[in-house]
Parts: sequence; C-alpha cells; structure tokens
Amino acid sequence: MAYSNKVIDHVENPRNVGSFDKNDPSVATGMVGAPACGDVMKLQIKVSESGVIEDAKFKTYGCGSAIASSSLVTEWVKGKTLDQASEIKNTDISAELELPPVKIHCSILAEDAIKAAIADYKSKHAK
Amino acid sequence: MRYFELFGLTPSYQIDLALLNTHYLELQRAVHPDKFAGKSEREKLLAVQKTAEINDALATLKHPVKRAEYILSEKGVDIRAEQQTLQDPAFLMEQMELREALAELPSARDPEAAVEEFEDQIKVLDRKYSQSLAQLLSANDIESLNTAADNIRKLKFVYKLRDELSRIEDTLFD
Repeated sequence: MAYSNKVIDHVENPRNVGSFDKNDPSVATGMVGAPACGDVMKLQIKVSESGVIEDAKFKTYGCGSAIASSSLVTEWVKGKTLDQASEIKNTDISAELELPPVKIHCSILAEDAIKAAIADYKSKHAK
Repeated sequence: MRYFELFGLTPSYQIDLALLNTHYLELQRAVHPDKFAGKSEREKLLAVQKTAEINDALATLKHPVKRAEYILSEKGVDIRAEQQTLQDPAFLMEQMELREALAELPSARDPEAAVEEFEDQIKVLDRKYSQSLAQLLSANDIESLNTAADNIRKLKFVYKLRDELSRIEDTLFD
C-alpha cells in the first residue's frame, strides 16, 4: 500500500520519540493497543501547573500509519490545555495524514492514546 | 454453526485438527471442478461456490483466533471488524516491554538462545489467554462471552509477537 508523503515524513523523521520518567508527578501516560493489528502505543505528556501540555513523547510498535499518527499527535498537543487536547479527533489525524480507510484504526489509536494520557493525568491529580 | 456442520464436527473451540483435515480433503474431492467437466454451467458455478465456502471454513476453523472469533460471532458477539482500542495498562505495558525485548533480540550475545527463550514466553502467554476459551465459548451468558472476547483480543497481541519473532528469525538465521 502506498503511504502519503506526510506519513513517510513522520516515519523517516519521527518527532518526539522516547519516554519521560513516569514517576514525575507532571507526567501522565496513555497506553493503548489495537487488537486488529497488534499495534501498541504509549503516549506521554508533561503538564505544567496551569494545565498546559509542555511536552509530549511517544513510543509505538506498529505500522507506518500508527507511528505517523502518534508522532503527529505529540506535535499537536504541545502548547494545548488538557481540554483543548482532548478535542483532537481521529478524523483530524486521518485527514492530515491522508490515511486510507483500512488505516483509520491507527488514527483512532492515537486519539485514544491522548485521551488515556489525559485521564491518567486527571486521576493522578484528583486528590 | 455452519462451518462446523460442513465438516461434520461438533461446534467447539477444541477441535480435532487431523479430523478437520480429513473431512476437508473428502469434501474438496467431492466438489472438485474435474468432476463437473460435463455438467451444466449452473452446476459448475455451484461447485466453485462450494469450494470457496469450504476453503473459507477451513481457514477459519484451523486458526485458533479465527475459530474463537467465529464461535463468538455465532453467539452474537462479533468482534471481527471492531476498531475499538484495548485499554488495559498492565497488559499493554507488558506488551510494550516484550516488543522492546524483541527489538533488541538480534543484538543478543546468543541470539539463538534468546529466540528460544522468547518462544517460551510466548507459549506461556498463549496458554494464559487460550486455556479457558473452550469453557468460556461453550457458555451462552454474556459475561462469559465478554470475558472470551477480552481473552481473544489479548491473544491477537500474542500472535502478533509470534509473527514478529518469526520475522526476526528469518533475518537472523537465513
């Protein structure tokens, strides 16, 4: 299958690959997986005291579309508040990366990863 | 359940693969195109359709995950085309670590031993998620079927690990 140039760019030059210290209280982690293809995605955000995402990192084991989706999302969430970041939709991701219908689940994975990270942050800071 | 009936088997997650194969070969012979050489176009077409169905049924029943998904869908829980994500942090963390270990496997001091060790880990996980499937899939209550669905989803990640491992093996030892 032919990947779009945007996907290829993210696969060849992935942004923000890596991990933060998960014990850092300002760090939250979202872990999601896609049973359909066995892809696993970890997305971490570093949140300032005012609730703004200062930095994001990801690690994805999966196809090019899954890597590109998570790489793109780490770029998008930086500078956003948690509420703004939770508004990112998989359709925005798949449109930006021109994903074919069979790869839509990769963008769903990335949307759910950011949502899971935000939920993790909120549960960490609920007390 | 039609696929099981085709091969004269009792619908169950636990099946006799040798028997499945024997019955498959018998059926396949019965509908072989050669036997329909002098028949009408309609009969030829039906034979071709039957062959396709038999092949689909075989592929489904032979593969443990596909077999489990088929039984589950026949019971009204169809997870075959679902796009929803799995969100079980402990399970996914383990998967992440296994994928990391897999990526480092080619640079192990003794790759052959490392492959074997990894195969053992996969076997343990395979057993963990498939051992209760026969029982869960024979039940009809939604709770058992949902638990079966969860196990099948996790089993798919285990099979993915296995695919990745054999891909690495191919590059290492060929």
